[in-house]
Amino acid sequence: MALKAINDPTIPTGGGASVGIVETRSFTFAEREEDFIDLDCGARLGPITVAYETYGTLDRSRANAILICHALSGTAHVAGYHEQTGKNPGWWDDAVGPGKAFDTDKYFVICSNVLGGCAGTTGPMSIDPRTGRPYGLAFPVVTVGDMVQVQRALLDHLGIDTLLGVAGGSIGGMQALEWVLRYPEQVRSALVIASTARMSPQAIAFNAVGRNSIISDRNWRGGQYYDDGVLPAQGLSVARMIGHITYLSDEAMHAKFGRRLKRDELAYDFTSEFQVESYLDHQGSKFVERFDANAYLYMTKAMDYFDAPEAYGGGDLVRALTRLRARLLVLSFSSDWLFPPYQSQELIDALLRAKKHVTYANIETPRGHDAFLLEIETEARLIRAFLDATHGAVTGG
Amino acid sequence: MRQLLKGDEGRTDFSAIADWIEPGSSVLDLGCGDGELLEHLMLDKGVRGTGVDIDLDKIVACAAKGISVVQKDLNGSLDCFETGAYDYVIVSQTIHQLLEPDRMMSEILRIGRRAIVSFPNFGHYSLRLQLLFSGRMPKSSTLPFEWYRTPNIHLMTIADFEKFCRERALRILRRVDISGGRVRRRLFWPNLLSAGTVLLLGRMEPESR
Repeated sequence: MALKAINDPTIPTGGGASVGIVETRSFTFAEREEDFIDLDCGARLGPITVAYETYGTLDRSRANAILICHALSGTAHVAGYHEQTGKNPGWWDDAVGPGKAFDTDKYFVICSNVLGGCAGTTGPMSIDPRTGRPYGLAFPVVTVGDMVQVQRALLDHLGIDTLLGVAGGSIGGMQALEWVLRYPEQVRSALVIASTARMSPQAIAFNAVGRNSIISDRNWRGGQYYDDGVLPAQGLSVARMIGHITYLSDEAMHAKFGRRLKRDELAYDFTSEFQVESYLDHQGSKFVERFDANAYLYMTKAMDYFDAPEAYGGGDLVRALTRLRARLLVLSFSSDWLFPPYQSQELIDALLRAKKHVTYANIETPRGHDAFLLEIETEARLIRAFLDATHGAVTGG
Repeated sequence: MRQLLKGDEGRTDFSAIADWIEPGSSVLDLGCGDGELLEHLMLDKGVRGTGVDIDLDKIVACAAKGISVVQKDLNGSLDCFETGAYDYVIVSQTIHQLLEPDRMMSEILRIGRRAIVSFPNFGHYSLRLQLLFSGRMPKSSTLPFEWYRTPNIHLMTIADFEKFCRERALRILRRVDISGGRVRRRLFWPNLLSAGTVLLLGRMEPESR
């Protein structure tokens, strides 16, 4: 099978080479009822369509495949462009491409939209074949483990048995960790970035407020708003605003907005006056255009349920990690208060106790949780070094 | 910030350290720098190595060598390392740069069956003479810093360290000195003539023989 992304290096980019024009493809499986997949909640689900993109070339020994897992609002479009205009680069285009952190000259990179999402992969806005209408809340609650199970099916379809690496930030990092625990023999390394082995109560709390905001929107209508031509836009927008507060940091907000106003004078009313307010308004309304409110509920629930020590070690992280065969690169960011460095350090401490191969760095930055998408230069040095050494160890080079 | 100091004497101590390490053992290198020693031990002795350093550039260098490495401040807790988790814990040219060398000494002999410690000898005659004749803080190739900006905050002599070991019931099992850039197994008057020393330590217990 020839696996090669459509490369067009002539597309101009901000810096570094681009993978060029790419397209999102899709793959459908579990079409017959006997092939439905078993979810953690006990339900069976099918058929399942997965939206994915690939970049670079799979080598003959099929030993250079890297799966990138996206965060809450991401898509399969991690790198390159969909059109000649050069607009809408992939969500991690700075990190994926020729000569970049995930070097597509060396590695075959795959990214897919997660189960329960809303960017091409089956989720609550997909059509329920039993009713012919969108699932809405009839869609089963999915977990990070279920998402990974679907990614495994995609890789089977692509003819990839063993991954050189699986990487992700935030809930993407949870997927990476889930991969090496669920399929220990099929992954050589995981890159767990700005993430945690188990969701903290503070992070669950923020998700809960986001979900409450959506559910209390009149237009949510018990999750069946799709046919009515309305959207719980206000609820989703506020959920996104809360999210963005947690992605920044006190220091980042000072630097980005300070107390600056949109206009020169105080209005003495309750419109958005401060620049930080208009930033949140903008993020909220922009999000509503591209993200499904129910998918937000499902994605955040999957995050909240993530508890690797409980799932694999009876509550003991060291015990959970004994099954691990992969090397781990763990990165945290000093000002990240959504997934604070101590959570990565807990993972590292347990990995050390379990005598596993680890690489850990806590990157100094004022940019908060968002840093995992922004501190590319530092991340790239670590990721390249780690991947090249892992690739060398695997291929004996 | 603590700087890792690997001058000529620092590199020379690697060969002595490597000689003492049993093949196939587990080694924790605290203050591992760019991982040169661990890489050598992994290739030559087949050890299972883990490095710790505070400097991001060193973490990148270790990662590139495929060495398991963790960014960590050695002045913080070492609780993540279990008692007896390693055969050897190495603290090469680092102990005198820590806030609490005494705590580190007891920690490394908790974590490791053996400890290997190397440090520059502040009792070396050239340093003594500099202090005597210039009346100012001495410098050398391994101690090149001004007093107000030095990572070397707990300098000691070999005699100081030997006294420390006696008081803490630490046993010096083996020892080499570095003089003139060479490893000396039997150096006369080490506290006067040794530029740096490398010690293999164990606890004062019957099984440490």
